[in-house]
Amino acid sequence: MERETGAREGLKGWLNPGKIGKFGIERLAWLLMRLTGLGLLAYFIGHIWETSHILDGKAVWDKSLEMTQTTEGHLFLALVIGMCVFHTGNGIRLMIAQMGYGIGKAERPDYPYKPQSINMKGKACIYATLGMAALAMWYGMAVMFA
Amino acid sequence: MMATLHPKLSEERSQTVVSSTKSVKLKIKRSNPNVNSEERFDDYVVPIEKWTTVLDALLDVKSHLDHSVGIRYSCRQASCGSCGMKINGKPALACFTKISELDSDTITVEPMDNFPVVRDLAVGFERMINNHKKVMPYVIRDDSEIDPESGMREFLQSPENVEKYIQFSSCIKCGLCNSACPTMAMDTTFVGPQALAQAYRYIADDRDKGKNKRLKVIDESHGIWRCHFAGSCSQVCPKGVDPAMGIQLLRGYLLGIRD
Repeated sequence: MERETGAREGLKGWLNPGKIGKFGIERLAWLLMRLTGLGLLAYFIGHIWETSHILDGKAVWDKSLEMTQTTEGHLFLALVIGMCVFHTGNGIRLMIAQMGYGIGKAERPDYPYKPQSINMKGKACIYATLGMAALAMWYGMAVMFA
Repeated sequence: MMATLHPKLSEERSQTVVSSTKSVKLKIKRSNPNVNSEERFDDYVVPIEKWTTVLDALLDVKSHLDHSVGIRYSCRQASCGSCGMKINGKPALACFTKISELDSDTITVEPMDNFPVVRDLAVGFERMINNHKKVMPYVIRDDSEIDPESGMREFLQSPENVEKYIQFSSCIKCGLCNSACPTMAMDTTFVGPQALAQAYRYIADDRDKGKNKRLKVIDESHGIWRCHFAGSCSQVCPKGVDPAMGIQLLRGYLLGIRD
């Protein structure tokens, strides 16, 4: 009898950084998309909690704003900017690919098989998105630390 | 009576190198879930030649060092899809992976991820085959190939239309794509890249009339929308199927971009 235990790899199947080396930049984009999605969700919940302090009066509101007016707070916000830019840019790339554009054309494959869907256009988009996220973080920090 | 070799063949044989000077360490993951949950790596040193595949090395171990190593294999030429396993951390066919190309003195072989282990390197394919069957991997039509008047007939296909799905017909159901898929790693009920690519293969076939039936099967919470295009399935496919492309093209039918 087959045992179903071990029928899935679990968290290490997607969190394992070793997989990125074996499966390439597309796997890194996939992992970052998930992590930034979870990060932005956590930020969104925290943001609602923080802005809810406005109901407690000006003094409480001003105090809650001070949380992000520190070096750690600025670094955290810079990270949020980076997550937001990457998630948006990569999301647009995925939407276009998932509509069937930029993934090549189905045809008879020749050896050595190179998957058409994993192509330079997609890789360039991922690198560009990473670059834009880094640039936005740098600009955000330049403004916040000015 | 002993046969005499042709002089030329005899000369060729005398020139063949029969002893190997190179060897590699083969680390084989051993487990037997039917007995206990223990997992361990056993090391074996095996001689190799330039052409030795991982399957050759495993069979060498089985023949000379340890008969009890559990593996599944059949054709030895990447046609049957039986010998899929994780080789140095990446899913691959053992018969299609030359040790000399791995560029490593230690080869680690493990059973494929996201499949239940039967024993050692052999895994159970029940779930994958069930998902494969679920997408109805055959041409669905109202009429039959049996013609009452003329006997059998063929559903003819034009060469142009064959090109639309021929790539996806090469699937040998080895399970490497499902093993590499990060969604399969988290969701045991996900239909998987293998079955989704096969759904596209039949939907793209203009002789087929079962498009709506298949789309209904895959358009559910653990169906096609769980794929987030990591592309790992396509990177490990030994037959050039490119399941990731098939899945994205398949989405076009559900989004109304494709008819």
